[in-house]
Amino acid sequence: MKFKPLEILTHIILILGVLLMVLPIWFSFATSTHDNVSIMTEGMKFFLGESFSQNYNEVLNEKGGWSEEVTAARMFVNSFIMALGIATLKVVISAMSAYALVYFRFKLAVPIFWLIFITLLVPLEVRIFPSYKIVSDLGLTNTYTGLILPLVASATATFFFRQFYKTIPDELLESAKLDGANSWRFFIDFLLPLSKTMLAAMFIFMFVYGYSQYLWPLIMTTDEKYWTVVMGMKIIFTENYEGVALPRTGERFAYIILSMLPPVLVVVILQRWFIKGLIQTEK
Amino acid sequence: MVYQRINSNRKIKMSFLELQNITKIYPNGTKAVNETSLNIDNGEFVVFVGPSGCGKSTLLRMIAGLEDITNGEISLDGNVINNIDPSERDVAMVFQNYALYPHMSVFNNMAYGLKNRGISKEEINNKVNDVAKLLEIDQLLTRKPSMLSGGQRQRVAMGRAIVRNPKIFLFDEPLSNLDAKLRNQMRLEIKRLQRQMGVTSIFVTHDQTEAMTLGDRIVVINNGVVEQVGTPKEIYSKPYTKFVAEFIGSPQMNLFNCKIENGIAHIADMRINLNNSANIDDASLGIRPDDILISDNGQHTCVANLVEYLGSDMIIYSKIGDQEFSCKLSSKINLNAGDTFKFDISNTLVHLFDNTNGSRV
Repeated sequence: MKFKPLEILTHIILILGVLLMVLPIWFSFATSTHDNVSIMTEGMKFFLGESFSQNYNEVLNEKGGWSEEVTAARMFVNSFIMALGIATLKVVISAMSAYALVYFRFKLAVPIFWLIFITLLVPLEVRIFPSYKIVSDLGLTNTYTGLILPLVASATATFFFRQFYKTIPDELLESAKLDGANSWRFFIDFLLPLSKTMLAAMFIFMFVYGYSQYLWPLIMTTDEKYWTVVMGMKIIFTENYEGVALPRTGERFAYIILSMLPPVLVVVILQRWFIKGLIQTEK
Repeated sequence: MVYQRINSNRKIKMSFLELQNITKIYPNGTKAVNETSLNIDNGEFVVFVGPSGCGKSTLLRMIAGLEDITNGEISLDGNVINNIDPSERDVAMVFQNYALYPHMSVFNNMAYGLKNRGISKEEINNKVNDVAKLLEIDQLLTRKPSMLSGGQRQRVAMGRAIVRNPKIFLFDEPLSNLDAKLRNQMRLEIKRLQRQMGVTSIFVTHDQTEAMTLGDRIVVINNGVVEQVGTPKEIYSKPYTKFVAEFIGSPQMNLFNCKIENGIAHIADMRINLNNSANIDDASLGIRPDDILISDNGQHTCVANLVEYLGSDMIIYSKIGDQEFSCKLSSKINLNAGDTFKFDISNTLVHLFDNTNGSRV
């Protein structure tokens, strides 16, 4: 087989890109399987070590925090609930509001759309104190509702759904109307199945977004029972750091590797849907 | 026949579908349909024909309930349906692009309307299977629309309409996306099915062949106004207006601007005796290309500027004065471009229109 120079070049670039992304993860994983002494003396590892089960076991089950009660497993559950709640509600709410904006021709649809769009300029970090005030006035600090609720509206997703709905031919709606579908049925029977791909994509993005929230849970939760994985990354296994013991680098890397798994799983599971959707909507 | 609609309590003397002074003005001020009245009988196949943008589709969509009616009244089967939701009008529509539901199998496409009516699964199964057999799409029921050819999609769209057993079928240029051969085939099929089922149908098209072959009656529409309603034969042989005369018939009818004095038409230096006593300053004299009689002892002589050979026929393009005209004749006659030919225009075959209002004299 003969390769053209351009093809070789593009492949080299692609391979470099893959290495650039995969190598740090590999280093982290390899390091996470060594004991702390060898990490301390020899630095990051490229090859696998022998402390895999010990490190990962400790990470999942050791009780940490000030109260010495919270485990990483607990934090994974918390993060998962939070990310799942945010992603699901974001997708549902955005899909529905886009539906209202596109199909219900009320006068203020366009201004309202732009109003929603403008909220992109006001991310949570900007409005974090007012948001905190509201949530705490509602008595929702240290609850899952409080973790999820302020993050469930999404201008980005609304925008994407709106653009997608606009590409759906009017005849489809008209035909459905003649077939006796009311607005609700049209949404459930037509728009949702047709936007399967979009739903999966949005869910992936929003899940990762929810999962990687740091500042909000940090402010929201004073009770360690509600700590999330990303918060834990800063806090867990640091308690002995200033003492005489070795820094627990092996466990921390193990923790980092574990924390990457849920988003990866969501992507892997949903991408099948995603690709299936792409093939089927082809005209 | 299973699909024949029983119409026992139909009111006497009232048409099945009545349109009274229907007007449609779009929010931007465009008047799409203007004061249109029309009566359609039960079981009739009516074709709306006209150039694109003439309002024929708008009229159809108003009957379906997809478009608001600005003014006027539509009644179906004795009930005014102006404010009735499209889903409750009991009409079925076949769209130009078929509007099949891309995410549903053929079966579900056809069953969807029935499901929404709360019909039992078993009955839906039977109905869909019957109609699928009728349309010869029973092999395709599990497929998705994206896996079907154009003709098959067309059939599914028809099936979806038929299975609902509606009061009226509405067709919005359903054949325009098919190739010529398939179009002819589907045209025949639609005609056959409509006859078989006896369901009142309205078919919108801009294609005069479709209009002539399908319709029991044709409604010629131009600029939102009905120009003429009649059987295909009436429309062809006695067009009420200049527009209808030009629009129906292929090749197009020749229209000569002329002056008529005492029943004699003056076209350049040609004189045609109309055998009446008409006096019109600004008239149009129309004659169909195949009504021009070519013979060696014809009264008039012209030069053939261009000859189009079409197999069994040929079309000759020529001029009287500076007005072009065409005549259609058998290609057995030996005539080439540049030759002169003699012809007669019989006063029994001409159509006379007053140019001031375009209406027939």
